[in-house]
Amino acid sequence: MKFTKLLTGATLALALAGTAMAQDKTKVGFVFVGPVGDGGWTYEHNQGRLALEEEFGDKVETVFVESVAEGPDATRVITDMALKGADLIFTTSFGYMDQTVEVAQKFPNVKFEHATGYKRADNVSTYSARFYEGRAIQGHIAGKMTKSNIVGYIGSYPIPEVIRGINSAFIHARKANPDVEFKIVWAYTWFDPAKEADAAKVLIEQGADVVLQHTDSTAPQAAAQEAGDVVTFGQASDMAQYAPFPRVSSIIDDWAPYYIARTKAVMDGTWTSTDTWDGIGPGMVAIGEITDAVPAEVKEEALALKEAIASGEYHPFTGPINKQDGTQWLADGEVADDGTLAGMNFFVEGITGDIPQ
Amino acid sequence: MDLSAINPVLFIAGFLVAATPLIFAAIGELVVERTGVLNLGVEGMMIAGAICGFAVAVETGSPLAGFAAAAVGGAVISLLFAFLTQVMLANQVASGLALTLFGLGLSALLGQSYVGIKPPRLGDVDFGRLADIPVIGPVLLSHDLMLYAALALVITVWVVLKFTRLGLILRAVGENHDAAHALGYKVVRIRTAAIMFGGACAGLGGAYISLIRVPQWTEGMTAGVGWIALALVVFASWKPLRLLIGAYLFGGLVQLQLNLQAVGVAIPVEYLAMSPYVITIVVLVILSADKTAAPGSLGRNFHASS
Repeated sequence: MKFTKLLTGATLALALAGTAMAQDKTKVGFVFVGPVGDGGWTYEHNQGRLALEEEFGDKVETVFVESVAEGPDATRVITDMALKGADLIFTTSFGYMDQTVEVAQKFPNVKFEHATGYKRADNVSTYSARFYEGRAIQGHIAGKMTKSNIVGYIGSYPIPEVIRGINSAFIHARKANPDVEFKIVWAYTWFDPAKEADAAKVLIEQGADVVLQHTDSTAPQAAAQEAGDVVTFGQASDMAQYAPFPRVSSIIDDWAPYYIARTKAVMDGTWTSTDTWDGIGPGMVAIGEITDAVPAEVKEEALALKEAIASGEYHPFTGPINKQDGTQWLADGEVADDGTLAGMNFFVEGITGDIPQ
Repeated sequence: MDLSAINPVLFIAGFLVAATPLIFAAIGELVVERTGVLNLGVEGMMIAGAICGFAVAVETGSPLAGFAAAAVGGAVISLLFAFLTQVMLANQVASGLALTLFGLGLSALLGQSYVGIKPPRLGDVDFGRLADIPVIGPVLLSHDLMLYAALALVITVWVVLKFTRLGLILRAVGENHDAAHALGYKVVRIRTAAIMFGGACAGLGGAYISLIRVPQWTEGMTAGVGWIALALVVFASWKPLRLLIGAYLFGGLVQLQLNLQAVGVAIPVEYLAMSPYVITIVVLVILSADKTAAPGSLGRNFHASS
């Protein structure tokens, strides 16, 4: 037993030595929902963290905790970060919303930034990207590329962010191809490669020859590659290792400029609670290279759509659009307001199946 | 409710594949627990096996070499647990959890240069003309070697535990280590061997995910299968053949809920998703009435002096 005690003692001593480091640096914490090597969502947030270190060098110290379960366990992790002297904490998944606000109340001097949520406080900002702008372009390509007219969609959780993506992709797939149908499978996880691959396989068995995903790993890409003739899109990250086929394009989240700007604000003392929701125009959402597997004219249309969205000339949710039950949502030419989009909890007309409650 | 859209042949073939990693991991843990050791590090050993197998398969181009490496990798990492619990007599629960965390970290480190690589494919076993039999052929005779190996392993473990002297010794050590020691059996040595066997099996299960089921390497890709395997051992009340049924039930439910969604059946998916765990809890409650199910010395450390 003595040996184990010795080990514990040594670890404790190390931990104590670690916390006694210099305090003049700005300490920035990150809470991640998956591993930094997921190749998707968390990977891109971690790229933002690394860009932060590069930008500020010695003036900043970053810490992160990966694979933190959404829900109560996040409270423990966030509190721990705040106690260890973090000045700014980014919590990077929707399911950390209540926990972030709860911990923020206990640490009024620490700044918090919650990704994809809608609850703010004096020391809690929210930020998100308009992924649905990228989904519009994916939807267009998907509608043009499908031969079976069945597009599979792997959803994670039925939350507004995901529903918005499905609606945007569906509207534009239908515009490109009036016969297209969506089959939607909810995986109830952000990250579980085996389950994501199974979901993709099931969709492919059901006839889908295009699979869109709103989960974080590259497993659906691998499943599509196995199947041979199925088109996919990179989600959150470029996933270029599966290009040029099955991955024909991607939505890339670029968090680095935002992380740098917000950290700078903390250093300068100019940080205030804000709500940021940027899209393709400001560069928070990027569209990965459209490969040659896509016919040239489709690629051109997709790029034109991207330009129109980036310049603000076209909004992906422009009427006439009806809700799933046939009631009118947007009149001809009317554009959806951000409030409705942020809380979107309905499918648009034409999508079959219900949103799980 | 239109269920005809689900192709039963593809569905059954799908859940046989989904259940295989579980079978590997759980049958190994079953042997470990039958010798009286509770190793909660299944998840860690699986993910270690997943990356060892993946790396070796990619480097050598041979999936079978990958599986062999996965077994070795899982067994080696389990030695850490064996050292802590059998030699240092550390708490088994804490050591097992530590093993899981260690395995996840180590595999992430080892796997950094393997992200986004496609592993060599393990071909399906060729059954010749037997594979042309309608239904049976595509359902049962169109799989890779490891799927059959998992089945063979379960049957072997069942035979060994039930009918052989070796099985009797393993069970004796698990039921009452003091008595086994008094009879002259080397309790620590036998348990260490069982732990290594468990590690090798978990490693194979992990490699099945990274080489066949997904197939790719992603950090943390086992995503909780190891924990389900632990639940499965309890669910099976430490009996190999029940374990097989349980694994198909667990694997089948996951496949079923994905399939039902894809064909647009409006069922509350959450209930299906949680059902394996609910069933395990129910079985545990039923089992708690029968105190003989669990090995008598489960989770207790042994030292010759005590």
